[in-house]
Amino acid sequence: MSAARPPSALSATRAVLYKELTLERRAPQTLTAMALFCASAFVIFHFALGRDEVEGALAAGVLWVTLALAALLGIGRSFVADREEGGLDGFLLAPAPRTALLVAKATTLLIFLLIVGFFAAVIFSVLLLGPTPNASQWASLALLIVLADLGIALVGTLIAGIAIQTRARDLITSILALPLLIPLLIAVTKASEPLLTVGGGTLAWRWLALLGLYDLIFGLLAYALFDYLVED
Amino acid sequence: MASTEPAVVCSGLVRRYGERRALDGIDLTLGEGQTLVVFGPNGAGKTTLLRVLSTLLRPSEGDASLLGSDLRKEGWKVRSKIGFLGHQSLCYGDLTARENLRYHAKLHGTNDAAARIEALLEQTGLSGRGDERVFGYSRGMLQRLAICRAVLHEPQVLLLDEPRSNLDPAAIEQVEPLIGAAVGRTRVIASHDPAGGLAEADLVLGLRNGAATLLAPAAEVTTEQIGELYR
Repeated sequence: MSAARPPSALSATRAVLYKELTLERRAPQTLTAMALFCASAFVIFHFALGRDEVEGALAAGVLWVTLALAALLGIGRSFVADREEGGLDGFLLAPAPRTALLVAKATTLLIFLLIVGFFAAVIFSVLLLGPTPNASQWASLALLIVLADLGIALVGTLIAGIAIQTRARDLITSILALPLLIPLLIAVTKASEPLLTVGGGTLAWRWLALLGLYDLIFGLLAYALFDYLVED
Repeated sequence: MASTEPAVVCSGLVRRYGERRALDGIDLTLGEGQTLVVFGPNGAGKTTLLRVLSTLLRPSEGDASLLGSDLRKEGWKVRSKIGFLGHQSLCYGDLTARENLRYHAKLHGTNDAAARIEALLEQTGLSGRGDERVFGYSRGMLQRLAICRAVLHEPQVLLLDEPRSNLDPAAIEQVEPLIGAAVGRTRVIASHDPAGGLAEADLVLGLRNGAATLLAPAAEVTTEQIGELYR
């Protein structure tokens, strides 16, 4: 009677990813909220610090604290559509590999973070940043955004997977995500500092390596744990 | 009754939520192609039983198997053979009916999905509104879409939680060829309709506070006995 064969991980991932992006395209809430948050935060920093321009360590701190807090909004929204009308159950009832949900959710979050990250970097350079980075520094900053956003997407999806099983899901996201992101934030802030300093500087490779290692460790952790988190 | 091969077997099945035993030692055997109708007041454990059989919940104690697969260890083996209809549609409000069904068809690896989706939408009278976003649907339309989703991959076992709720008489007729007795599938149905449920049952299970207070062939059960469960 059954005319079905379990889908491959790739096919299931594509199905979930397409669904996620379609939902955001139809009701663009997450991206809009994250982008607005970043723009508002930069304006607040502008007045709170009482400066027209920032540079160096302060600039790196302002940029990455803002992006990390904006990421929390995205992480918190990760499974909202799945909770309404039981979409997560719909996935769990299917014979699709659970890894597909992890990969699709993390990829969706990564796409959102990249869009917001590059948008925020441009807004930040216009509103607050003192020195004007050259092309090579912009390229280095772009690399940092990609590596940091990958780590945030992996940790965020893992945390969102834990949070969806709890009643205090909104609290869990912030309580768990920020401490786990501390090593990543230290590394990316330290790595960004010379790129945002007057006179310029080059990327410190050891911080880049630390970011890569962080991504690898949390990628493996997420792969190992995600099945247990989303299933009963 | 199509055959007497066991499709569903529960032995001492317990499911706990914290300290509370939502299912308390359920024993039953249901043959392939047979229909089990589960009665009981709200909170008796009907939905929990369906969720355990669907693999969404694990048994806390005891055993449960479906089509020969142990649900505790081999749930992944039977997921493609289960059609589950719960209280929620499991569909996304910002997707259209067709998009929702295409999504579920991909997750189930359904063959010839496009034709199957069109046939189901036509059957349930949703074809004309299949490209509308689901959030605008009435409860009855959502229930019909949920039924399409549940049977999309042509499952061998149907787990149906009050399948005809929110449906008008015409809609009930429309969905009958998909979830009714004539489809020949093994069915486990949670119901609050003593006469209607009894009419389509081969086996009747009455639950109260998670325990089975009635388990008998439908021919030996009266509507009064079922009514007693609710008093």
